[in-house]
Amino acid sequence: MNDLSAQNVPEARGNAATVVTTKMTARHVNVYYGAKQALKDVSIDVSQENVTAFIGPSGCGKSTFLRCMNRMNDTVASARVEGEIKLDGDDIYKSGMDVVQLRARVGMVFQKPNPFPKSIYDNVAYGPRIHGLAKAKADLDNIVEGSLRRAGLWDEAKDRLGESGTAMSGGQQQRLCIARAIAVDPEVILMDEPCSALDPIATAKIEELIDELRGRYAIVIVTHNMQQAARVSQKTAFFHLGTMVEYGDTSMIFTNPSEPRTKDYITGRYG
Amino acid sequence: MSDMNPSHTVKSFDNDIHQLRSLITQMGGLCEAQILAAVEALMRRDADAAMQVVATDARIDALEAEAEELAIQIIARRAPLADDLREIVAALKISSVLERIGDYAKNIAKRASALALSAPVQPMVIIPEMARVVASMVKDVLDAFVDRDAEAAYEVCQRDAGVDDFYSSLFHSLLTFMMENPQHITPSAHLLFIAKNLERIGDHATNAGEMVYYSATGRRMTERPRGDDTAFATAAPAVAA
Repeated sequence: MNDLSAQNVPEARGNAATVVTTKMTARHVNVYYGAKQALKDVSIDVSQENVTAFIGPSGCGKSTFLRCMNRMNDTVASARVEGEIKLDGDDIYKSGMDVVQLRARVGMVFQKPNPFPKSIYDNVAYGPRIHGLAKAKADLDNIVEGSLRRAGLWDEAKDRLGESGTAMSGGQQQRLCIARAIAVDPEVILMDEPCSALDPIATAKIEELIDELRGRYAIVIVTHNMQQAARVSQKTAFFHLGTMVEYGDTSMIFTNPSEPRTKDYITGRYG
Repeated sequence: MSDMNPSHTVKSFDNDIHQLRSLITQMGGLCEAQILAAVEALMRRDADAAMQVVATDARIDALEAEAEELAIQIIARRAPLADDLREIVAALKISSVLERIGDYAKNIAKRASALALSAPVQPMVIIPEMARVVASMVKDVLDAFVDRDAEAAYEVCQRDAGVDDFYSSLFHSLLTFMMENPQHITPSAHLLFIAKNLERIGDHATNAGEMVYYSATGRRMTERPRGDDTAFATAAPAVAA
């Protein structure tokens, strides 16, 4: 007999979870590159349960904001960040914050797959090694296998772990980068246009992976592909000219956005 | 509240949407004409004109197929979102509603050619006015669709209660009429179906109005009152009254 009790009813894939754990919060964030203001007064909560997508035209500030979330903008000399960004209630810009530790907790996947020119195994083992997460070779093997499995790459990689990561296809390289991010057991994964260099099949695999990782990690994805945002996210934020115009359930943003600027952008009437 | 949207960056997308609107408008115009022509044939007892209405219905069916094909192409090739998406889904649903309305008009015409051969049925006098109301609902709901005018769509839906009143009134008159003389039963039954067809056209126009409302606003139209109580009527007390 079928068990129809509530806990066995799978959650609808596309719906935003309403009971959420807030993982990161941003309040009144302003970012300047020299004299130019790139981001104006952005406030947002990012939850563990829902994938959050940032959309908007080029130069709207979405990638800038994503980079603030693990202090990647520290590497840009002219960049200045004001406001408050917290991870589990801790201000990540406070003095004494260990940025290396922060980036282990808030991992990042970039537009162009960027595996190290090392073996597949070493690519994944790199983070755990420098963070001292594995005591013995066997521990490290476990982490590498587990990370590759979660990244959906184990079956393709298990017989070639010694080969160079750069010898893989673009889609495989991107999943290797996700495996590398996962290997240090992060809490948040930031993805900056992770599929823009990939073909549709490799893109679909990444999207399926995002769906599988949802809930385990808080995931934020920047994408230029509106359909991708609609497919993978439950929450969407629309950025325009440095401000966050609208933030809401993906199901509403793409069927009935409340801001005219959002509507014009997603229906292809922008500018 | 007319179409305030600026054009799409890709101009051919606008052309597709205009073409779809134009197909729906043509269907609506034909439906309106068919309803009025069917009832005209009924009142004039003109079997030839009635058969002409029956034949014309094929054009509505062909337009529906064309509108459906275009809507599917737009969804496949343009991946429409937000108000574009809502409008195209509404167009798809309205085209099938119009096809159904065309079938009702055709059915009225078929019964008109049968009624042309039988004795006149006195309660028939109410039919032309009822037909005018539902035909105007069809026309106005399509104007509202093209203009993306939610208020006009709501106003069309409000008129459906009047159509239901016509039907209730005719229903009771026909019951009395049939009781008077068993020979009245066959033509009265035809006429009852004709009235029911018109009443259903009103319902479909109302559904189309709800779709236009959703398409224009992204919200569902709130509950509205219903006036048709004939489903609960029994013959005896109505006649005794």
